[in-house]
Amino acid sequence: MNKAAELAEEQQDGSNVVRLSGSLAIACLGDLPDRLDAVQGPVGAIDLSAVDHMDTIGAWTVHRATKRLGCDVTGASDDARRLIDAVCHLDEPMPIRPDHVHPLRRVVGQIGEAVIASGANLMGLLGFFGATLIASWSVIRHPHRFRINAVVQRFEVVGVSALGIIGLMSFLIGIVIAQQGSVQLRQFGMEMLTINLVGRLTFRELGVLMTAIMVAGRSGSAFAAQLGTMKLTEEVDAMRTIGVSPMEALVLPRTLAVVIMMPLLGFYASIMAVIGGGFLCAIALEIPPITFVQRLREVVPITDLWVGLIKAPVFGIIIALSGCFQGMQVKANAEEVGLRTTAAVVQAIFLVIVIDAFFAVFFTWVGWN
Amino acid sequence: MSEEEIQRAEEERIEQAVETAEIAISVRGLRNSFGDQVVHEGLDLDVRKGEILGVVGGSGTGKSVLMRAIIGLQTPDEGDIHVFGESMIGRLDDEALAIRKRWGVLFQGGALFSTLTVAENVEVPIREYYPNIGPQLRDEIAAYKIRMTGLPTEAGPKYPAELSGGMKKRAGLARALALDPDLLFLDEPTAGLDPIGAAAFDEMTRKLQQTLGLTVFLITHDLDTLYSICDRVAVLADKKVTAVGTIEELLATDHPWIQEYFNGPRGRAATAAVSREKDREQTKAALSPSDGRR
Repeated sequence: MNKAAELAEEQQDGSNVVRLSGSLAIACLGDLPDRLDAVQGPVGAIDLSAVDHMDTIGAWTVHRATKRLGCDVTGASDDARRLIDAVCHLDEPMPIRPDHVHPLRRVVGQIGEAVIASGANLMGLLGFFGATLIASWSVIRHPHRFRINAVVQRFEVVGVSALGIIGLMSFLIGIVIAQQGSVQLRQFGMEMLTINLVGRLTFRELGVLMTAIMVAGRSGSAFAAQLGTMKLTEEVDAMRTIGVSPMEALVLPRTLAVVIMMPLLGFYASIMAVIGGGFLCAIALEIPPITFVQRLREVVPITDLWVGLIKAPVFGIIIALSGCFQGMQVKANAEEVGLRTTAAVVQAIFLVIVIDAFFAVFFTWVGWN
Repeated sequence: MSEEEIQRAEEERIEQAVETAEIAISVRGLRNSFGDQVVHEGLDLDVRKGEILGVVGGSGTGKSVLMRAIIGLQTPDEGDIHVFGESMIGRLDDEALAIRKRWGVLFQGGALFSTLTVAENVEVPIREYYPNIGPQLRDEIAAYKIRMTGLPTEAGPKYPAELSGGMKKRAGLARALALDPDLLFLDEPTAGLDPIGAAAFDEMTRKLQQTLGLTVFLITHDLDTLYSICDRVAVLADKKVTAVGTIEELLATDHPWIQEYFNGPRGRAATAAVSREKDREQTKAALSPSDGRR
């Protein structure tokens, strides 16, 4: 049964006969298909009398050879004849992949599709924002529908669990800013200005911005994956048929949790960054902590804190909405969950930075510098 | 004869029995458990070569677990599993490769790779195990395998997400058949199909089994499938195979679950359908000679 398939060409009654022998099964075929392809006509017949075992792949190999060479099969056993007949009936060309498109055309098409998709995406996000507002309004009118438990549970996942990583990150960033700043400012003999740099930069910009990026990576992606999986398993549809609005049950608690947690986390991150800066100042610049804090109170206006705290909930809305929106867009398969999760994080971080730029201009305009 | 000779003769006899005596899968003393929950305890089962063995049992009796244990996706706590006379327990993946090539598995949802087209899915096992098969021949093989399962040629370049449930199962079967296996595992092949689709799938399974000489291990809840295509039925209950045999033989046992299963309303309906079919054939046979006389 496990004899390798062999091929021999012989002269018989004035015509060429291809004699196959051994086992014509996929495990024993070896390079026989290639050798059979190399046989040049005219061939009178393909002789199978020495073949002791055959499967459909062997039968197909014989069938395609007879088709190409236009010859007959002789000496086939009943089994072999049956298999060859069976595959014969199935001989129909079939495309394996979708039609090939010229690369240039494909690139142009992809660019077009991407433009349309991002436009639709932005519109969709706007629409989703509207739907969230409507859902919040209906919850305000019917307060008993408000899911306090869901919100509190998200507080923990979004806020408390993130304290460690956000604190550590901010502390290190404070050190980096202080260190890099002091190196530059030393050239002017203005090392004391390092405190201004650390204080103002962290409260105004970096504390909240870095928190937003971290929350987008931690929670925005989680929202997209959770809701995407729920869409796939039809949980969201089931919810709708029972009369529970997914916007109220899933999106609103998550959005609210992030909106409330973002200012808290942002403030915490700023404090940690300042501590990091103070730590470096104490060690490398020999500014005692007391002096550091005193100077900080003199140079950092309270408006800097407001700037950070006003931006934080807006960033929170963007992160939660893009996460939930992308999750709810999942339709087809598990692969899409991954793609949508990536899209949620990228979209959230991008929009956060765009809005941050607008805020920078706005606060300068109102005179909070 | 010395004792040694007797022993040797005995060993030879067993070897021969395995080779010739038509046993494809033999399971002995199988025990599977998840934590505290014991699913199988002392389970024995033989699958003969060239038969369609239906495996039935209530939900949670471990039908799928048994299949997963045989194909090596689940390591049992105890027991022996032989496939084509080779022990499957404690084998490294590489060693079991030769046996793996000889079976095909259809999972419940089809388990098609979602990033590949149907035809590419069918090509995966061929590409993996037999790189000597050229791309041209591979495409042709995939094409006729897909046609063999009754899918139209348009299905080849489609992605699994574009297929209906029944088409996914057929595509999954095409992939299971890619290497011309001797042994086919089907996990609830007709679940979720409409009755017409299910009957067509049954008929196709039967036809393929006859054409290709397959041994089929078929897990099902579908009584019609049991009646129409299974040679024997194994009943899983009380953590083991309680009974194996043809449906008539099973009906003769007095195990309560078996009686309830086959004599419940659905069981009776399936029996009635089969006897109606037989009646119709008999009537036809009775009528045809009179046609000849006319």
